[in-house]
Amino acid sequence: MSLFSKENREAFLSPLWMNNPVTMQVLGICSALAVTVKLEPALVMGLSVTIIVAVANLVVSLLRNTIPNRIRIIVQLVVVAALVTIVSEVLKAFAYDVSVQLSVYVGLIITNCILMGRLEAFAMANGPWSSFLDGLGNGFGYAAILVVVAFVRELFSAGTLLGFKVIPDCVYEFGYMNNGLMLMPPMALILLGCIIWFQRAKNPELND
Amino acid sequence: MENLLSLFVKSIFVDNMIFAYFLGMCSYLAVSKNVKTAFGLGIAVIFVLLITVPVNYLLENYVLKADALMPGVDLSFLSFILFIAIIAAIVQLVEMVVERFSPSLYASLGIFLPLIAVNCAIMGASLFMQQREFINVGEATVYALGSGIGWLIAIVCLAAIREKMAYCNVPKPLRGLGITFITVGLMALAFMCFSGLKI
Repeated sequence: MSLFSKENREAFLSPLWMNNPVTMQVLGICSALAVTVKLEPALVMGLSVTIIVAVANLVVSLLRNTIPNRIRIIVQLVVVAALVTIVSEVLKAFAYDVSVQLSVYVGLIITNCILMGRLEAFAMANGPWSSFLDGLGNGFGYAAILVVVAFVRELFSAGTLLGFKVIPDCVYEFGYMNNGLMLMPPMALILLGCIIWFQRAKNPELND
Repeated sequence: MENLLSLFVKSIFVDNMIFAYFLGMCSYLAVSKNVKTAFGLGIAVIFVLLITVPVNYLLENYVLKADALMPGVDLSFLSFILFIAIIAAIVQLVEMVVERFSPSLYASLGIFLPLIAVNCAIMGASLFMQQREFINVGEATVYALGSGIGWLIAIVCLAAIREKMAYCNVPKPLRGLGITFITVGLMALAFMCFSGLKI
């Protein structure tokens, strides 16, 4: 089997839009919503989850024939927890400010359903390389939703993107005001609802 | 005592697991289709929280903290792995005990118990417990009970709304997941009115 066969490309590309882990499989919502007030933590979180899900998929896929079926959940959790610990220590060392903003949500990557879902559904049944690609695809799909929500929230709540001002002062002089509601948790839910609405309106075959 | 009461009320309404922190969202959305199963899952969450948070509190303070086990040893980097291991083990244990002593409770909770090991609300409560530095195990227990009840209230409310919504004429692309998100968003807005609450 070649490295970029049709199945492998499918494993990588389908989670990006048509089978997105957040909007279609309803996985990993918890952290998707909580870290999206600003763009920067959302990017860091998306990147961390991508790395962890890709590597965890790879490791579990390599071990899949040696894991006894009854204790597989615990084995998977230990693999994930070890990776999360590494990422969390790295973040604390090199990006301390962001790791403070993310607070408990880095630790909560362990219980992020994307990880358990992909490990159970894909890595336990497929070879290491396609599992790795599947992990990357799902990680990027997750990161994409995070970035879109964070983009809208940061733009409208503070008029900045990644901390740089993008809405010029003259607009404020005409009476434009920042929307404080975008800072509140409920708006993340409503924005995500709108993304799902948009996606399903574009692709009617996805409707329930 | 007053302090505990305030912590209890705060953890139910102000720091609601779902509406303020989005914890346990996955099972929250998946299992809120009817009130009865939602209630069952809520009870199971309270049950597991009440056991795991105090156990993790003791572990954190007597083993993992810097200088707790012996001077000069700081094991706090192990906390993620140990917390999740404790949670997974206790869920398994609770499942076996409930199955042995109360088959009827097992029949109603049965399918939800294994799900709970990977419910973010459980792990989240332990991590918040670590972050907030409660002074004794009583506070940690009250916090666990309050968060559990808050989660139960949230899921039962959503399940009740979704049961009624089955009769509504929702635009087609919005049906199912989309409208559920927007409903949860509006519920979270309503819960924000508790945010200044003090006792």
